[in-house]
Amino acid sequence: MSEIKTFTVSIYTENNIGLLNRISAIFQRRKVNIESLNTSMSEIEGVSRFVIVINITEERIKKIIGQLEKQVEVIKAFYHTDEQTIFLETCLFKIKSDLLFEERQIQNIIKESNAQIVTVNKEFFVLEKAGRRSEIELLYRELSAFGIMQFVRSGRIAVTKDEMKISSMLAEFAE
Amino acid sequence: METQTIKLQATDSQDTERITGKEAIIRCLLAEGVDTLYGYPGGAIMPVYDELYKYQDKINHILTRHEQGATHAAQGYARVSGKVGVAIATSGPGATNLITGIADAQIDSTPMVCITGQVASNLLGSDAFQETDIIGISTPVTKWNFQVTKASEIPEVLAKAFYIARSGRPGPVLIDITKDAQFAELDFKYKKCTAIRSYKPVPKLNLSDVEAAAALINNAKKPFIVWGQGVILGKAEAEFKAVVEKSGIPAAWTILGVSAIPTEHPLNVGMVGMHGNYAPNMLTNECDLLIAIGMRFDDRVTGDLNTYAKQAKVIHFEIDPAEVNKNVHADLAVLGDSKESLAALLPLLDTKEHTDWHQRFKDLYQIEYDKIISEDIHPTKEGLTMGEVLEGINTVSKGDAVIVSDVGQHQMIACRYAKFNHSKSNITSGGLGTMGFALPAAIGAQMGAPDRPVVAIIGDGGYQMTIQELGTIFQTKVPVKIVVLNNEFLGMVRQWQQLFFDRRYASTEMVNPDFVAIAKGYFIDAQKVTKREDLAGAIETMLASEGPYFLEVRVEKEDNVFPMIPSGASVSDIRLE
Repeated sequence: MSEIKTFTVSIYTENNIGLLNRISAIFQRRKVNIESLNTSMSEIEGVSRFVIVINITEERIKKIIGQLEKQVEVIKAFYHTDEQTIFLETCLFKIKSDLLFEERQIQNIIKESNAQIVTVNKEFFVLEKAGRRSEIELLYRELSAFGIMQFVRSGRIAVTKDEMKISSMLAEFAE
Repeated sequence: METQTIKLQATDSQDTERITGKEAIIRCLLAEGVDTLYGYPGGAIMPVYDELYKYQDKINHILTRHEQGATHAAQGYARVSGKVGVAIATSGPGATNLITGIADAQIDSTPMVCITGQVASNLLGSDAFQETDIIGISTPVTKWNFQVTKASEIPEVLAKAFYIARSGRPGPVLIDITKDAQFAELDFKYKKCTAIRSYKPVPKLNLSDVEAAAALINNAKKPFIVWGQGVILGKAEAEFKAVVEKSGIPAAWTILGVSAIPTEHPLNVGMVGMHGNYAPNMLTNECDLLIAIGMRFDDRVTGDLNTYAKQAKVIHFEIDPAEVNKNVHADLAVLGDSKESLAALLPLLDTKEHTDWHQRFKDLYQIEYDKIISEDIHPTKEGLTMGEVLEGINTVSKGDAVIVSDVGQHQMIACRYAKFNHSKSNITSGGLGTMGFALPAAIGAQMGAPDRPVVAIIGDGGYQMTIQELGTIFQTKVPVKIVVLNNEFLGMVRQWQQLFFDRRYASTEMVNPDFVAIAKGYFIDAQKVTKREDLAGAIETMLASEGPYFLEVRVEKEDNVFPMIPSGASVSDIRLE
């Protein structure tokens, strides 16, 4: 309970302006750093899903979940350890096109890393890689030797191994 | 098919009325049973005020002298009446001035709806005159907030606002309405909100938890109840009294819980917390079962958590799941509405008296009485004490008054010594500790309880934070009785400086104006008492007066409030001197 671990927080919410502010304020007020944050649609129409990664003790994350669920527009919040989720991040590299043809090694790196070329034109090509943070960082290190024009990495997205039961929760509410 | 569609549309237009947003706002308020508003006009809310002018026979708008006063008045109104308080202000500074009251209502779970005007929607984000991001600013201190930019949103949003403010654990809601939405027209139809799919205001009571609680209570040798405002907010006073009386368990209160049962009730053992009574604090660390009902284990109640009731099992009756295990681990949580939970608990309880255990409370009370209370309320020294003023008010009011206190020494004295016969009678800023709360809150309290005497007990510091509300009292003739306990110090801070900062009285001494002259400047009857022999008569005159009345009592400059649990110390390290 008192050991700091990485937790993935999943929050199912209504899709309303201002809710991101309300949710991030709960972390900010407790001086808890958000390592990554992703919002998207969820499996249920009209319901959004936040995926937030934080490093914290289990004792504290439990209390934060309580504060999150208390918000009027939050349907349900969960926390999970890495072992309880399937998760990845995705990233994009923009690299000079010349290198793709001149540096044979780059082609090997792309092949071995299971990265995808998204687009190629005369000036640059864009490489996309999804995976664990360590895989993305390895690819970054390998490519940085050749020069990276732009790099961006997304927040973590995750699904849980267990069922979330949001649909049944909403159905229960409708009764 | 076609005819059916046409028919449906026809019914719809019969059901609705084409009106402006500004009128819709007033109509929504009336539909929610709002009879009194506290507010201050300004540019972005002017259309609504224009409409208020037309509806002035149906809705009473009280012009406070500052928007902060409007929120505290709305809070006072809400706290005595159990209804939703409503405050209204313009954009920019009008809106930001509401924030202290909103934060106060949030931490003290007071149902309040604030309506702010906003610049026209096409100007949002342009740094327009009196534009401020009040949604962003108010987010952390509201239960819910929303910006309306279209007139058509008004009925549904206001219905939600009132539902959210009053349901479950109550709290403040802010609705920001752009000026163009106030002017635009809509097809108006009001439907009260009864449910929001993402919001479960009251957790479903689990009867097996109630049974487990009853078993723990029936088997406990030294059970102890600490109740909070949850009993009052849940309108569970009768159920609570029945539970206490049947189980025979000594019951202590937090400052927001007091008055849920009469102060004189034989099972009431006093106040917990920093300046609470000796017995309930000491015996918190001796009980074998702590039954917390509708309270949140605030740090001013618990002192050091590592030494708080560690020997006891804890049952927490609570409506807000986020409060369970937040500060104190609960061996058993009974989630739900206090009225429902306590009603379910009652038949399962054994009838007991706990005579020996009660005797412990009585013995410790005697120690506190001899060392502190006696000298507080029947002083033998020359200078007047705050305690004797409260005792004097009790003598005349017989416990029927609503006491509105500010923040500081006088607040602790008022909560310790005021007698209450009726629920919803102690109105004070508990969680936020907002100096300046009492004067405007008393205005609202008097309007929410027009048939009861309302006495505001205020220190000379807090009084001057919202003293301009004397103007509101003068204008409305609201007959509040104002008692300023003047020790010419920010007394509580001075007490801490004396005890913990080696008497370095940094910026706590106050050079005060002639308060009586100021009150008289507002044509409020006023007098000052400096001698004991004049006190009782002055209190009688005050409480017998028809209109508002101001009484200044010069009290001992450097009295301290005891008992005291020093900040961060254990409840059982409570000091009597």
